[in-house]
Amino acid sequence: MENKLKNSFADYFDQFRELGLLVFIVTLSIIVQIRNPSFLTGENINDLLKNTAILSILAVGMMLVLVTRGIDLSIASNMAFSGMLASLLVRDFPQIPTILILLIGLGTGTFFGFINGLLISKGRLLPIIATLGMMYVLRGSTFLISKGKWVSAYQFTDSFKAMATGSVFGINNLILIAAAVYLIAYYFINHTGTGRRIYATGSNPESAKISGINTDRMIILSYSIMGLLSGLTGVLWMARFASAQSDSAMGYEMNVIAACVLGGVSMGGGSGKVGGIFLGALLFGILNNTLPLINISPFWQNALQGAVILLAVIANVLAKRQVTKKNLNRRIK
Amino acid sequence: MNDYILELKNITKVFPGIKALDDVSFQLKPGEIHALMGENGAGKSTFIKVITGVYTPEQGEIYLDGERVKFHGPKDAQTAGIAAIYQHVTCYPDLTVAENIFIGHELRYPSRRLNWKEMYRQSDELLKTLSVDFNSKTLMGSLSVAQQQIVEIAKALSMKARIIIMDEPTAALTKRESEELYRVTQQLRDKEKASIIFISHRFEDMYKLASRVTVLRDSHYIGCWDLDAISQDDLIVAMVGREVSSLYPKKEVPITDEILKVENLSRTGYFKDISFSLRKGEILGLTGLVGAGRTEVCESLFGVHPADSGKIIFDGKERSIESPGTAMDLGIGYLPEDRQLQGLILDWGIDKNITLPRLDKFASGVWINEKNETEVAQKLFEQVMIKAQSVHAKASSLSGGNQQKIVVAKLLATDLKVIILDEPTKGVDVGAKSAIHEIMSDLAGHGYAILMISSEMSEVLGMCDRILVMKEGYLSAELSREEATQEKILEAAMVKTIKAGN
Repeated sequence: MENKLKNSFADYFDQFRELGLLVFIVTLSIIVQIRNPSFLTGENINDLLKNTAILSILAVGMMLVLVTRGIDLSIASNMAFSGMLASLLVRDFPQIPTILILLIGLGTGTFFGFINGLLISKGRLLPIIATLGMMYVLRGSTFLISKGKWVSAYQFTDSFKAMATGSVFGINNLILIAAAVYLIAYYFINHTGTGRRIYATGSNPESAKISGINTDRMIILSYSIMGLLSGLTGVLWMARFASAQSDSAMGYEMNVIAACVLGGVSMGGGSGKVGGIFLGALLFGILNNTLPLINISPFWQNALQGAVILLAVIANVLAKRQVTKKNLNRRIK
Repeated sequence: MNDYILELKNITKVFPGIKALDDVSFQLKPGEIHALMGENGAGKSTFIKVITGVYTPEQGEIYLDGERVKFHGPKDAQTAGIAAIYQHVTCYPDLTVAENIFIGHELRYPSRRLNWKEMYRQSDELLKTLSVDFNSKTLMGSLSVAQQQIVEIAKALSMKARIIIMDEPTAALTKRESEELYRVTQQLRDKEKASIIFISHRFEDMYKLASRVTVLRDSHYIGCWDLDAISQDDLIVAMVGREVSSLYPKKEVPITDEILKVENLSRTGYFKDISFSLRKGEILGLTGLVGAGRTEVCESLFGVHPADSGKIIFDGKERSIESPGTAMDLGIGYLPEDRQLQGLILDWGIDKNITLPRLDKFASGVWINEKNETEVAQKLFEQVMIKAQSVHAKASSLSGGNQQKIVVAKLLATDLKVIILDEPTKGVDVGAKSAIHEIMSDLAGHGYAILMISSEMSEVLGMCDRILVMKEGYLSAELSREEATQEKILEAAMVKTIKAGN
């Protein structure tokens, strides 16, 4: 009897890992709402989502990279570089159409992601090392091209800033862009051959190769998508804060990795769901947003965030063990 | 004083879906070298792991010096004086010989500080008794494989091992290195009074060293003989002699045009000058000992590791096969030996595994047509008779035999002309085995050409139209179905070593 209960729990968890996260988020929201009723107001929710948009967009790319058994530490530097390049262009050539600026930012980001993918697949470098190098190269280059100077609010064109501050039907552009990214990612991952090949590459590289999949190409593609999204969010970041600094987004890659981990993406590759990372990013955003709202000292914030991440990972590991055990039990029959 | 230093009675060890040892008994006399023989997969490795405490048997008893013992882990067996030396030495190349010998049981001063002086002294003493020409300060990585194995022996002695198990120690050694190992092994018996269990495929090793031999076959105990009293031919019969029955439902099918021809295919360090041809409807067996280069040949044909030289002629045209993708486009499919590592994505459902090699077929434009995909998977799922809850069940939830059927279904999803099967029935139960054989026979009937690697003699004899035997990277024999016998195959696979040895 007891065994049966355990099995059904494992079954349930295996399929609805995200549900647990959702329950946690809802519980947290209720607690916060009781202590500070201004939390669940339209304005605050809009704020919260706006602040989480960039994080959640990057989490999509990071998930793909993690799925291929890799990691990308260079994304924040890539954002800073692509964003800075775009900002400098806006400052010096305000007549260039904003859409072109955005495309240049996307192209730059994609290019460096592509280089990462090349180093890792063809060059056989460890992902953590290749992207660590790229992180320093791009951060340094950002200082070089900006000569250490900021691009300030008055130097941006209005249409550039509007990319992040404008809204359609009252919903902020950042939120809409994030929604579009998630929609595309969902279909890409679940319903295209390429998406499935990326997962096959990470789940079992040997098997993928023998199934005729060009695993190098899948790795390059993943890092390129990661780069594309870094370029996109880099430009949006500058537009949102109306200020481009050489140290913009410093350390942001860790937040993105944390959001993925919270969302149940395995660092060992092969698994990760769009719904999961959305909730992971959302939880991360809520923690950022609500801890000040309920008067928790800023000194406590990082520690609490870390504790939540550890808890989530421990819960994940325990559940995974249950699932493995259940599968083995099934096999003995 | 007891007659036997180690005795195992009626050992049975069961793994999910398969009996790895079935009622096996074994006796080891003090101070003897006892050979253990059997085909690949006969259960030798499992048996060793029972003795060394890695596995706990479901049934049976182990007696040490006449007293019943129970090992709960490798540590227990070690404490009891049992040590094993494996074919692939598990050493630390960047550490010295002495550090390797004492790793895990370092000597210490009363203050718990490591006593290196004593460890180096004792190591040198051990090496001296084994009369070798290197010392305790030599780096492990600078030694030859044979010398490394001798260090392993010294390690066993340093742990006061009385029973030493050597698992195919000569497999990776040259003849001269083997001689060195023989000398040390004999010394071990004569000077140290150790009892030794020696596993080998080489008759040469056995006749030189051992006084008695125990043969295992299909997880069963076959017999134990004094080596003086049994001829090599009788030993071969003991190792393979079994009825070839309905396990092998081979059908007569027309063998038509040549589809694949290989000329002088070579890959440095793995195989050399391999030439053969394969026709539609034919099942060609490729056999030989493990490590003879069979898998490597097939990996080259499938483009996993392309060959260095030689020609591959497919359907009348010379082709270079640089990647599995190219091979599959031509119509060559490969079923790898290690299905868990290479064949399947265990986390995925059966359906997604089956359709992985030919995703393009189900994608109209960008999107995968999932309805079509599931239909195809369902059809293949039924065709190969996988036992599972549904076509969406995870691969990891199935038994070995059923996992193997998924890999076969995966092959069938692609448009193939040539199918390469690497040990298709290794480690699967009898039912799944005969099902896989039936599928093979059907495929040949549909005009597929099949190249099957197998170490199992009766499978090769039962299923193949023609048999190639490899030995140490070369083709040593090609036999037709009519002329092939177990003795001839074994002779081609191993006996040449004996001639070289004598």
